[in-house]
Amino acid sequence: MTEKRLMRGNDAVAEATVRAGCRFVAGYPLTPATEILEYLAWRLPEVGGTCVQAESEIAAINMVYGAAAGGAWAMTPTSGLGLSLMQEGLSQLCAVELPAVIVDMARMGPGLGTLSPSQADYNLATRGAGHGDSRMIVLAPASAQEAADLTVAAFGLAARYRNPVLVLGDALIAQVMEPVQFPPLAEPPAPPPWSLPGWLGKVPNAIGEYRQDLASVEESVRKLQRKYAAIAAAEARAVALYCEDAEVVVVAYGTAGRTAMETVRAARESGLRAGLFRPVTLWPFPTAALRDATREARAVLVAEMNLGQMVDDVRLALAGRIVVHSLPRAVGAFPPEEIGAALLPLLEASVPA
Amino acid sequence: MTVIARPETRVLPGRSAGLTESPVPYCPGCGHSVAQRLIADTIETMGLRDRTVAVIGAGCYTNGGMSCFDFPRLSSLHGRAPAVATGVKRARPDAFVFTLQGDGDLAAIGLSEIVHACTRGESIAVVMLNNGTYGNTGGQLAPTTLPGQRTATTLTGRETVAHGHTLRVAEMLAGLPGVRYAARGAVNSAQNLWRTRRALRTAFEVAAAGQGLGFVEILSQCPTFWGVDPIASLAQVDAHAKAAFPLGDLRDDRV
Repeated sequence: MTEKRLMRGNDAVAEATVRAGCRFVAGYPLTPATEILEYLAWRLPEVGGTCVQAESEIAAINMVYGAAAGGAWAMTPTSGLGLSLMQEGLSQLCAVELPAVIVDMARMGPGLGTLSPSQADYNLATRGAGHGDSRMIVLAPASAQEAADLTVAAFGLAARYRNPVLVLGDALIAQVMEPVQFPPLAEPPAPPPWSLPGWLGKVPNAIGEYRQDLASVEESVRKLQRKYAAIAAAEARAVALYCEDAEVVVVAYGTAGRTAMETVRAARESGLRAGLFRPVTLWPFPTAALRDATREARAVLVAEMNLGQMVDDVRLALAGRIVVHSLPRAVGAFPPEEIGAALLPLLEASVPA
Repeated sequence: MTVIARPETRVLPGRSAGLTESPVPYCPGCGHSVAQRLIADTIETMGLRDRTVAVIGAGCYTNGGMSCFDFPRLSSLHGRAPAVATGVKRARPDAFVFTLQGDGDLAAIGLSEIVHACTRGESIAVVMLNNGTYGNTGGQLAPTTLPGQRTATTLTGRETVAHGHTLRVAEMLAGLPGVRYAARGAVNSAQNLWRTRRALRTAFEVAAAGQGLGFVEILSQCPTFWGVDPIASLAQVDAHAKAAFPLGDLRDDRV
């Protein structure tokens, strides 16, 4: 690790991209993610890399697709509107098994929405990548440092599984200034054997071959399904705090998870048995870890900066075993007292009479 | 007597080494298989096979391109081939990268990608097959459909008031900076085959030398959705060329 530098989340993601060994980025300006592109536009040429300002997010994700087919680690930064436009490209990346990293610094939606921090892209991010039976790994940082760390991790996961990986932040993580440490600068990896142009006589020397017979089409989607199952078994990550004896567990990710940590700490200082469960991977959802973290709990409170999306995954994971309450927030980040106000009655209700 | 230099191309006997033994998946009389043969011959005679990446768009030629070209190839989503080719070329600058697209792929859904690849002057070659219709989906109106031409979505013929005007792609792209070479050819006669072969070679040389974008539009006959027999479709290409799509070089700024 190198020395700590004071940076905003966007710049931390951009520098982490370079440190990880990525040398190709294509992106379209979109608030609140624009500084990632601005940073990489000057930073990548310093290390012999390429940053293309694309004509749209559609072009950007397809440039990433081409670079990935050429064997490069490739990345594109965006926000929710851009992620919507990229869905077809994400589906194609999944279908032909190419690695790529996408960063979404989410803002409020739907439609044009506003620039407020938001977690309203949860469903878009976690319910597959575009059309078809496709999946992408989704990593949710709660600080500038974690945004940098997860960006580096995203490239490794993308390469290992040959699959797109999404780093899902929000406008607050994008703009917050914090001390950040980076790993040393990594060299870009050599193009893998499957990349193009490859060499003459290599069979098949193609990516995305057209399949007509149904048995081979079915086998290709079943192969993807086996890969997704392996990812789900191996890569789920979460942070649990004070959950061992918690009567009420707050489930929150990213910025909301960070706010909830303050609330839970304050509750503990008052002698109340609250816990925090913060998913770090949103897909795969850390189901087993959540079940483990709620063994002693009588209630779960899901705090998220949207109108209630992750709460569905929490309910699926807990399968009716525990009462799950939803604490939605339509615009911007939670003030800690708002989570406290919802948590306190649950803690009091969980005290045996 | 004036000696005209023979183009640096030759007819390769038998199957081109740039083509696999897969059956050509086109309707009888379709011009696409001939265009594909010309592309494969050009790559073979230029010695580019081992460093080529063919980016294949979405249309009738997708299956043909992916299964019949015997050099490295990559499928692209509909319209996005110039963006995909940009990514490949930037990641692998030593590769020769070209796209194979149709008129619907390039001139309708993919117009943004091709225009900006041109203005960036990406050193790629772009081949657009123009048959004036959407063959793969059953013969609907395309940007290149001629006035009066009947399609599955213009049953009584294209009326410019209701369905818009014909887009002349090669002329439009020839006017963009970053395009070093632009031409239109056809595959309906021996003479046009020779000219198209030469145009492909020039466009590929421009891209392979890193000079910028080389573009060739190829008029391709579609007897199935033009509703004529294959022989008559050859004459129809000449009529289309005369009406809206003149053949020849439209820009030649080679260094």
